[in-house]
This record gives sequence, structure tokens and C-alpha cells, in this order.
Amino acid sequence: MAFFEGNKMTAGYGDGPDIITSCSINVSRGEIVAILGPNGAGKSTAMKAMLGLLKLKSGSVSIDGNDISSLSPQDRVKKGISFVPQTRNVFAELTVRENLEIGAFLREDDINKVIEEIYELFPILKEKRSQIVGQLSGGQRQQVALGRALMIRPSVLMLDEPTAGVSPIVMDELFEHIIKVKERNVAIIMVEQNAKQALSISDRGYVLVTGENKFEGSGKELLKDPEVRRSFLGA
Amino acid sequence: MDLINAIIVLLNYTVIPALTYGSQLALGAIFVTLIYGILRFANFATGDMMSFGTMFAVLLTYYFQSLGISFGILPTALLTIPFAIFMMILYMLTIDKFVFSYYRVKKSPPVQLAMVSVGVMFVTQAIIRIIIGPSDRRFLDGEKFILKATEFKEMTGLNEGLTLKSTQAITIVVTIIVVSIMFWFLNKTKTGTSMRAYSDNEDLALLSGIDPKKVVLITWVIAGILATIGGILYGLDKSYRPFVYFNNMLPIFAAAIVGGIGNPYGAFLGGYVIAFAEIFLTYAYKRFFIYLLPESLEPNSLIQLLSTDYKFAISFSILVIVLLFRPSGIFEGKKI
Amino acid sequence: MKRYSNVIAAYSIMIILIILVGVFQSWSIALTILNYCLISAVMTMGANIQWGYAGLINFGIMGYTALGGLAVVLVSVAPVGEAWKLGGLNMLACLGIIAGMILSIRQVLKKIEKSKKRNYLVAAIIVIGVLLLRFISAPAIESIESVEPAKTGFLGGLGMPVLFSWIVGGIFAGGLAYIVGKIALGLRADYLAIATLLIAEIIVSIIKHEEWLARGVKNVIGLKRPAPYEIDLQTSPWFINLVEKFHSSKLKLISSISERQDVLKQLVIDASSVYVKLCFAGLFLTVVIILLIITQKALYSPWGRKMRAIRDNEEAASAMGKNVVKEHLLIFILGSAVVGIAGAMMVTNDGLFTPGSYRPMRYTFVIWVMVIVGGTGNNFGAILGGFVVWFLWVQAAPMALFFINLLTAHLPETNEIKIHLINSAPYFRFLLIGIGLLVIMRYRPRGILPEKIIKQ
Repeated sequence: MAFFEGNKMTAGYGDGPDIITSCSINVSRGEIVAILGPNGAGKSTAMKAMLGLLKLKSGSVSIDGNDISSLSPQDRVKKGISFVPQTRNVFAELTVRENLEIGAFLREDDINKVIEEIYELFPILKEKRSQIVGQLSGGQRQQVALGRALMIRPSVLMLDEPTAGVSPIVMDELFEHIIKVKERNVAIIMVEQNAKQALSISDRGYVLVTGENKFEGSGKELLKDPEVRRSFLGA
Repeated sequence: MDLINAIIVLLNYTVIPALTYGSQLALGAIFVTLIYGILRFANFATGDMMSFGTMFAVLLTYYFQSLGISFGILPTALLTIPFAIFMMILYMLTIDKFVFSYYRVKKSPPVQLAMVSVGVMFVTQAIIRIIIGPSDRRFLDGEKFILKATEFKEMTGLNEGLTLKSTQAITIVVTIIVVSIMFWFLNKTKTGTSMRAYSDNEDLALLSGIDPKKVVLITWVIAGILATIGGILYGLDKSYRPFVYFNNMLPIFAAAIVGGIGNPYGAFLGGYVIAFAEIFLTYAYKRFFIYLLPESLEPNSLIQLLSTDYKFAISFSILVIVLLFRPSGIFEGKKI
Repeated sequence: MKRYSNVIAAYSIMIILIILVGVFQSWSIALTILNYCLISAVMTMGANIQWGYAGLINFGIMGYTALGGLAVVLVSVAPVGEAWKLGGLNMLACLGIIAGMILSIRQVLKKIEKSKKRNYLVAAIIVIGVLLLRFISAPAIESIESVEPAKTGFLGGLGMPVLFSWIVGGIFAGGLAYIVGKIALGLRADYLAIATLLIAEIIVSIIKHEEWLARGVKNVIGLKRPAPYEIDLQTSPWFINLVEKFHSSKLKLISSISERQDVLKQLVIDASSVYVKLCFAGLFLTVVIILLIITQKALYSPWGRKMRAIRDNEEAASAMGKNVVKEHLLIFILGSAVVGIAGAMMVTNDGLFTPGSYRPMRYTFVIWVMVIVGGTGNNFGAILGGFVVWFLWVQAAPMALFFINLLTAHLPETNEIKIHLINSAPYFRFLLIGIGLLVIMRYRPRGILPEKIIKQ
């Protein structure tokens, strides 16, 4: 059994149709899993369901063997599940340090040590610690977003299209950072449009089509699979 | 010597009154801006809420006076501030629970909340008028002057006297204290930071585990403190009259928008911008120039840019100009 | 027919209420209320055009109402020759200077590209213009205001028929709306609300303090009427005969001739006031019906559909090539013009122009309550809102008094709380209106008569 699992999740918005049906995703600690698929395949919905932003109609979500299907997103944060949204993922009007402090809002203990850890991971943030985040570059902001999410020392980190609208150089840098996070024994799930690049750093990948698991396998397998290549990798 | 006299004239008739009036506006403007930044609506009940808090200060002052309690040379009203603030916060939280929270949970557009605040404005005005009536009330007691014109003249031998009313000094001092504490709270405490985070990016704040109910509660508490103290200071300095408080909403809004709505620093400075503009543009500079210019050039008109009738019109014109050219306010920087 | 059943029901209740006032209080009061209801209905229709059709918040209703009132003075009052002789030329020159300023600023904005230089140039034109204005107008204003200050002290009007001023009021208000719209319509909804609220204050403070224009806070009284005067009616034989016929059965019962004469005299006095108010009611009703026909036609025309499309989804509409800014400006002007007409009607009805009485509470916020309560986007709803809210506004105090007496009946007459409550009865209207607004917004957010979804 994997560390963080979504089992046979079925969910949709309000009374609308189901966006995902019987979709299963799991990730272990120290592993990067990419969720891929065409537009409207339900990638983000699957992630939201695992976060608790969306109610499940059936199926379950569990962490470390405990069922958390009925917990609110805030309570799941307390269980160590952190999330970086695709857009508006930093507090643009706060300083870098304040962003990190808010990230640790639920922590009661001394957060200075954690902040030092984040500074170690993203040295640029230490340098810019008292700057307003809104004045930072796009790549630096993504580091702030990651840093904020890491402040609870999560066991699971979920990223919604971290590379959307980011230049190729920044993308490489960002992936490096994500790998660094993985090395701290964090389970990482990311939804990605840039399938090739995402798979190149992922241990495993899921390909969703119309809300269902279509393909599943290690990054290399999926990259080699002719059908996956033809339909999703554009080659 | 003439130069000093001229400066004293300016200080006496423009700078000190403007600082006082500006402080009163600033407190109101921060109140508007906090509600706008965190609860996300333009609160048209602003003036009447300030009036509501002040009403309790007035009534309690009368009560204390009847009991023979006084605050020495300071106004008795200062003693009533904690009680008035308590009543104000209680009222605001009640209104929030029964009126505003419904629309907040539903995520109604800000326009709808603004319209709801118009309803609250009517109700608040009614309650105030039913309890205390519409008439003009003075509730200032204690020492009226810190420095009298005649004393100043004797002391310095100048032609012009400088007066400093105790209400002016109290207003400025209390404002500095309240605003400093508030900024310290917003910037240096965990709760304050979480409020700014909530104002900046509500969704992310929720994802970080910030409790929206607590943020809303604390916002109303701070708003209640600012509204009550701002209202009491204005009432001590001028007088308490419900209709005037309703009207004060207008320059207060102007100050908040000039400062960049949602930005408490801007609102604070905006209060002074509006106050100085109103007073500098409507002051008759005749006496000032008499001291400065040689006799042959002495002015025979009042040298007044605009008649004092247009006091309000000035702040509104400034507001319109700001809205046109810099809708985000004239002060850049941190926002709440 | 079924579609209109609740409209008919709502209006019937309203009419019955007014009739009840006539029966229990007096017909004169009932008609006064009716006339104000009709005026309020016109204002509400104006606000509803802006809010209901286009979603624009105009918290400046007061300003347009006041401008409409100003139009009555400027159109119908006889010109004050002496004042014109003393200062008219200078004031006309000022008008010329203002026009010149506007034209030259427009020219500068058009010819020179956006730059610091352009800003300075515009600022220079404004400063020089204002100084010139003050230099020319100051002596003229002084002499104009010194002409019989107790009676005139202003330039007076054109001496034209007062009904004409209703149209002029609309034009004035529309003209102001053009300027305000050009400035403020790009703003976010709540900024627009605040900006219009403040601009209205500026308008009213100008009318209040520029005494050469319309006597300012000194008021203009005895304005012309489009209806006969009570005094004239009371001496007209045809009117006395009419009253006599109308009350003949009642008069027959009185035997003494002198007594009968006295009763008749009283009846004639009462009837004259009722007659005058009926005349006004007829005129106002005509305006309401004309506006209703026009607005209904507009609402269900392709243009009306386009407006609603813009209101419901501005982005989509502008993506589809609709010129949102232009349409908003047009609707802002039209709505304000209607409010201006109502402002002129009100001053005509009162026969006096009192700039000091224009307060945002009564002339902006109460009108807004009418729009919200009646039903946004529905003309019948807007008119009903005007009726209902005005009726409550007027009748709230007597109603409150009744309930206070009922609730405190067991208390002695000298009880302080009772006396205090009775004295504060007038303020219960604010409470009633406020709670009414809150309840409607919560439980019937689209008003008593909501906008209908029209299926084509």
C-alpha cells in the first residue's frame, strides 16, 4: 500500500456530471508522480478531490493507511498535505518571510528552524527575505510558492501545473528544486501539461482520459509507449 | 519678527486644525479601508457606525458627570472610551452575524454587500435617533485650552497668539497611539500578518489554515476601536450631531480612496491630504500676507482661493482627480 | 393575463392603501402622497434604467434631482432686469470663458501626445481660466446679489411656461450625466457608487452657494404652476357651483342660510386644494405613463436585449463586439435625464426651490431602496417600489405612534420612556425602510416584482 492514495474516486462539481470516474492515483514517499492527459481530462479535478476541495461521490482518499475522505482541506493540511495552486499561489503583497510564516500558520513550535531550512533549499529567498513578493521575478515567486507549501514540513506535496507560463530556463530550475524536495522524503504529485519534461523527472506517471485512468507506468515506460507518444506527446 | 508672526498665523489657523481634522479623518479612513480590504465591500454605514459608538460615549459622559466622576483636567469622555468601544463592537458583531455574514458565505458580489450596508445605515441612523435624538450635543469638559492666545502673546511678545485647544492635542496624541498600535499589530504579530494574508489572497490563506471566522472577528474588533475613537475625538473637538457624522462619511471615503483603498498606510496619510487640502484651499491668507509683504503691496481682498462653503467639494474634487489618474491611490507600497 | 396577475394585485393593494388614507385621514393628504408616489416612481424609473438595465450604480440621484429643480427656476421665473443689466454681461463672458477652456483643453488633448508637457499645458489652461473667471465674475456676482437681496438677488430665469422646464430639467441632468459618465464610468462598481455620491454633493453645494444663480440657500418661492391656484378657484363661480352640486345632498340638510354659507365656504376651500392636487396628479400620471411606454418598448427592443446581455456578462458582450462603454454612457445619460425630469416635477409640485433640503439620505438612498424593493430591471416593479416605499416613508411615523401607544398603553402619561418614544416616532421611518431593505435583499433579492426572463 502506497503512502498517499486516492482509490476509485468519482467526483464532479455540484450537481453536474462526474468529471472523474473511478480514478485511482497513489504515491509513495520520496517519489514524484505526474498526472498527465489532454485538456478536460480531469487532472486538476483528481487533485482537488485528493485535497478535499471537492466532495467525493464514491471512492476514498487515505494517507499512511488512515482514511481522510471526510476531512476538510484545512484538516488535511494538518495531516501534512500541502498544495501549490497554479495561479495566485503566493501572497503578493507580503514579504518573502511573511509568506513563509503564513505557510507555517498552523505550526505552534519555533518556525525559525524551518525557515532556515527553506532558505537553505532556496538560497535566493534568504537574500530577498524582506522584499515584497509582488516585486520578485516569476521564477523567484515559484520558489516562494514552493517554500510556503513546505513550511508545514509536508509528507505530501501537490503541485498544480507548476511550469505553466514559465520560461524554459526557469522550468529547468524549478524541476531541480522539485527533485531537491523529493530527496527529503516527500511524496510529490504534480499535474502537468508539459508531459515530456514532467515525465523526465517523474518516477511514475498517470495518463487520464475523460476522467479515467488510461495509462500508468514509470516515466520511461510512458515515454517509450508508442500509443502514449502518439496521443499525448505529439510525436 | 513679521515672518514669525506670519508662521504663527498659519500654524494657528491652518496647520493645527488640519492636523486635528486629518487625524479624525484618518481613523475613519483606516476603518473604511480595513472593511474594504478584508471583508471586501464599501461600507456606506461608516459615518453612522462612528456615530453609534460616539453616542455611547456621550450618554456615558453625562452619566459619569451625574455621578460626579471626572477625569481631572482631561475630558470625562476619555474614560468612557472602553465602554463605548465594547458597545460598538457588540453592535458590529450582531450586524455581521445577522446581515453581512450571509452574503459573505454566499460570496455575493461587493456591490450587493455595499447595498446591504445602505440598509444597515438606515437602521443604525434610526437606532441612534431613537435613543439620543438628532440634536447637537457637546460633551467636552475639563480644561479647554492647553495654550491660550493671550498667554502665548505675553510669553513671546508676538502680535499673533497661538492657541492649542486640549481637544486638538488629545486628538493628535490619541491618534498617534492608536495608529501605532494598530500598525504594530498588523505587521508584527502572527494574527496581523494572517489578516493581511487573508486580504491579499483569500484562497491561499484558507489553504494555509487561516481561520476566516477569526479574521472577520478581529477585523470588526479593530474597526470598532477605530470607529469609536475617531468618532469620539471628532465629537469632542467639534460636537456630536448624528447628521454631521453621516456626512463625514464622504470626506472619509475620499481619504480612503486617495490613499488607495485597502491600504491602511495610504488611508492614514489620505486623511491628512484631504484635511490639509480642505483647509489650505479655503483659508483666507490676508493676514498671512499682511505680515510678509511691504505695506504698499498689502492685499485688500481676502486672498482666499475658494469660499469655505466649498470645503467638502474640495475633497471630492481631489477624489475625482485621483480616481481618474491613479485609481489605486497616490501612495504606492504595502497594502493590507 | 396570468403573467400580470401579481402586478395587478400589487398595484390594487397600493391604490386601496391610498384610498384608505383618503377615507381615514383626508383626501388632500391622500393626494399629496399619491403625487409624491408618482414623482418617486419617475425617479425610480430613472435609477432602474441605470441599475436594472445596465447594472450601473448611480448614487448621485440627489444631484440630478437638484439640477432638475434648478431648471424650473431658470426656465419659469421672470428675468431680473436690473441684475442682468449690472452683471449679466460678465456672467455671459464667464460662460464663454468656460466654453473656451473646455475647447482649448480638448484641442490640447487631441493635438499633443501624452506627456508631461501636455499635463502642464492643461493645468495652465485651468489655472489661467479659473483666475480669469474669478476676476470677471467677482464684481458681477456682488452687484447681482445686491439687487433687492431679500426678494431677488439673482439673475432670474427666462420667464417661460413651467412645463417646459421639465424637459429642460431632463436635458440639464442628461448633460451632467454625460460629463460624469465620461469621467467615472470606467470605474469599478463600488468606486462608481462613491464617485457619483460625491459628485452629487459638489453639484448641490454649488447650487447652494452660488446665490446669483438661483438664490442658493435663500430659496426661491412662489414658482409658477401648471395648475390653477387655490385662491383663484375659491373665487370662481363655476368652481363654487361645482362644489355645491357635488355636496348638494349634504348642504340641503343644513337649514340656516348663513350656516350653510359657512359650510360651503369650508367645502370650497377643501375642494380647491383637492382639485389642484388632482390636476398635478393628472400631469404626473401622464409623464409616468409616457415614460412607462417608452421604457417598456426600449426594454423589449433589440437594444434592451443588448443592454441586458452587457449587464449579465460584460466581457462576453464586449468580446462579441458590443461597445460597452458607449452603451453605458448612453444609458447613464438617459437614466439621469429621467431623474432630472422628476426633480423638476417635484419642485413644480412644491412651488418652491430649497437647495438646502437636498440631502443624500432622502434623495439618493431612499430612491435606491425603492428600486431594490420594487424589482430591479422591471419597470412595473420600479414604479411600485416608488409607491410602496414613499407610502411607508410618509406613513411610518403615524404607524409607529400607533404601535408605541399600543405597547405603552399600560404606562402613565408621564412615563419618561413613553414620552421619549413618542417624541422619536418620526425616526421609525428610517428603521422601517432599513429593515425593509434588508429583508427584501435577503429573502427576495430581485424585488417584489422581479424581472421576467423573456423567452423569444
